[in-house]
Amino acid sequence: MNLQGKVHKFANDVNTDYIISGRHKFKTLDMKELARHVMEDLDPDFYSKVTPGDFIVAGSNFGCGSSREQAPMAIIYADISAVIAKSFARIFYRNCINTGLPLIECDTDGIDAGDKLEIDLSAGVLHNLSKGTDIPITPLPAVMLKILNDGGLVEHFKKYGGFNFD
Amino acid sequence: MGKTIAEKILSNKSGQNCRANDIVIADLDFVMAQDGTSGLAIQAFEEMQAKKVFDPQRVAMVIDHSSPSPLAGVSALHKQIRVFANEQDINLYDIGNGVCHQLVPEQGHVVPGDLVIGADSHTCTYGAINVFSTGVGSTDMAAGMVSGKLWFKVPETIKFIINGKLPAGVYSKDLILYLIGDVTADGATYRAAEYVGEAISNLSIDARFTISNMAIEMGAKCGLMEADQKTFDWVKEHSQREFTPVKADPDAVYAWIKEYNVSNLEPQIAKPHTVDNVAPISEVAGIPIQQGVIGTCTNGRIEDLRIAAAILKGKKVNRHTRLIVAPSSRQTMIQAMREGLIEIFMESGAAVVTPGCGPCVGTHNGVPSDGENVISTANRNFKGRMGNPTSFIYLGSPASVAASVIYGKITDPREFIK
Repeated sequence: MNLQGKVHKFANDVNTDYIISGRHKFKTLDMKELARHVMEDLDPDFYSKVTPGDFIVAGSNFGCGSSREQAPMAIIYADISAVIAKSFARIFYRNCINTGLPLIECDTDGIDAGDKLEIDLSAGVLHNLSKGTDIPITPLPAVMLKILNDGGLVEHFKKYGGFNFD
Repeated sequence: MGKTIAEKILSNKSGQNCRANDIVIADLDFVMAQDGTSGLAIQAFEEMQAKKVFDPQRVAMVIDHSSPSPLAGVSALHKQIRVFANEQDINLYDIGNGVCHQLVPEQGHVVPGDLVIGADSHTCTYGAINVFSTGVGSTDMAAGMVSGKLWFKVPETIKFIINGKLPAGVYSKDLILYLIGDVTADGATYRAAEYVGEAISNLSIDARFTISNMAIEMGAKCGLMEADQKTFDWVKEHSQREFTPVKADPDAVYAWIKEYNVSNLEPQIAKPHTVDNVAPISEVAGIPIQQGVIGTCTNGRIEDLRIAAAILKGKKVNRHTRLIVAPSSRQTMIQAMREGLIEIFMESGAAVVTPGCGPCVGTHNGVPSDGENVISTANRNFKGRMGNPTSFIYLGSPASVAASVIYGKITDPREFIK
């Protein structure tokens, strides 16, 4: 699967309150509505700047803080195709796999806002089309790849009636 | 080669002799969600085409984050939780019962050696009573409700050895803020923390909960302590369940070990807008404060209320400052009333609100105004956390908050400690 889009760049330690604020997420489970507020406290115009397929690119510890699964879901509903960061916080990492949002762990220092990227997930490489560079991607652990390939944890449970990593 | 607490609990619960970095599927002793995460968990539960939770007695939902409901949309989500809880006959803690992380141990649901997940990142709190407890998202919570199991990557462990005695006016909150400032917000990511040493042994269980509660603020999966006589006494007072505590082996293997001496520690403050932006209080003393908050799953327990009330007794909250007090549970509030603490808060000019999360997460109960400074006993000071991205949140101990609201500026509480 190849993903293509342009970059929206953020710093280190983007927490899940920034991704979707508590003042919105307690009101509704309507993810289309929550998506309008994604990253609002860091960039009030973020939602309107996204072209479907774009990427969020950040430094280390992306998704730290609260366990809210509204965070990856609102990113999905904002038409972001993947989040790319140097490292991810643990709960967010699991939540992305469970909900089907692709995560790309790689060195993001050479990626700037507005760059056009193409990600080849099967080859494990990120092409920065704007800069003409290739960046290797850290592969997902086998268990997570299995859940992602099944279409998320709900689909995994529907298929097997429980956990099955054999 | 010995094992850490995390390796032992996950071995016991998975039936596999596991080590750090192994993947296991393990049996859960308890699963919990709150009002911000239950809705999606219920949705995922239904999408998984599940009919019944694995064991109604071992599942709880707590309506604490936005409670009582301030808005019709929130009310609809609360109703969904009540309907599900009734259908499934699980434990439901409705408005006014308190914060999930006070209730789960206080109501005796968890005991040493347990494996617990909660759809709330501060589920690591129960590590203080030797429980491997960790925060998960709603879909993992649903998987836990359906199967009574979850998959885990066995974490490596970081050992924090805390020597010395905390000076008067310096508390477990100051200690954990200091540690987070030292190792940073992602210093323990994917790992378990173990806290040991004289300074930990000397703490009450209430004070230990504060430390384990904030393990997630350094990225840790759980914040574990060994059980001692204080733990046994506390757990037996709250739970009828039998338990087998778990100790780390002397030759357990750690990712790294850090040793501290806290005998000269100053009160610590986390400055806006990250929890690891920590300074000794002397560096920030004098910053004007418009709102103080005492409460939350970090510091809303009876010992915290006693410490704050001892400072506020016979004094008034500054006329340019407001104080909000949210006891961590109904039991805590009743105890505080019996001891006259609520009277002290009310007479000082505080607003005492419903037991629960209080204003911590920006949904209700005290959203700050534009540009205002807040000092809070909570665990997060992210921009916008309390509902206004233009406000500034400082984190400190209940004593530091109490002292600061008297003067209307950040104040070293040791001035009030005789």
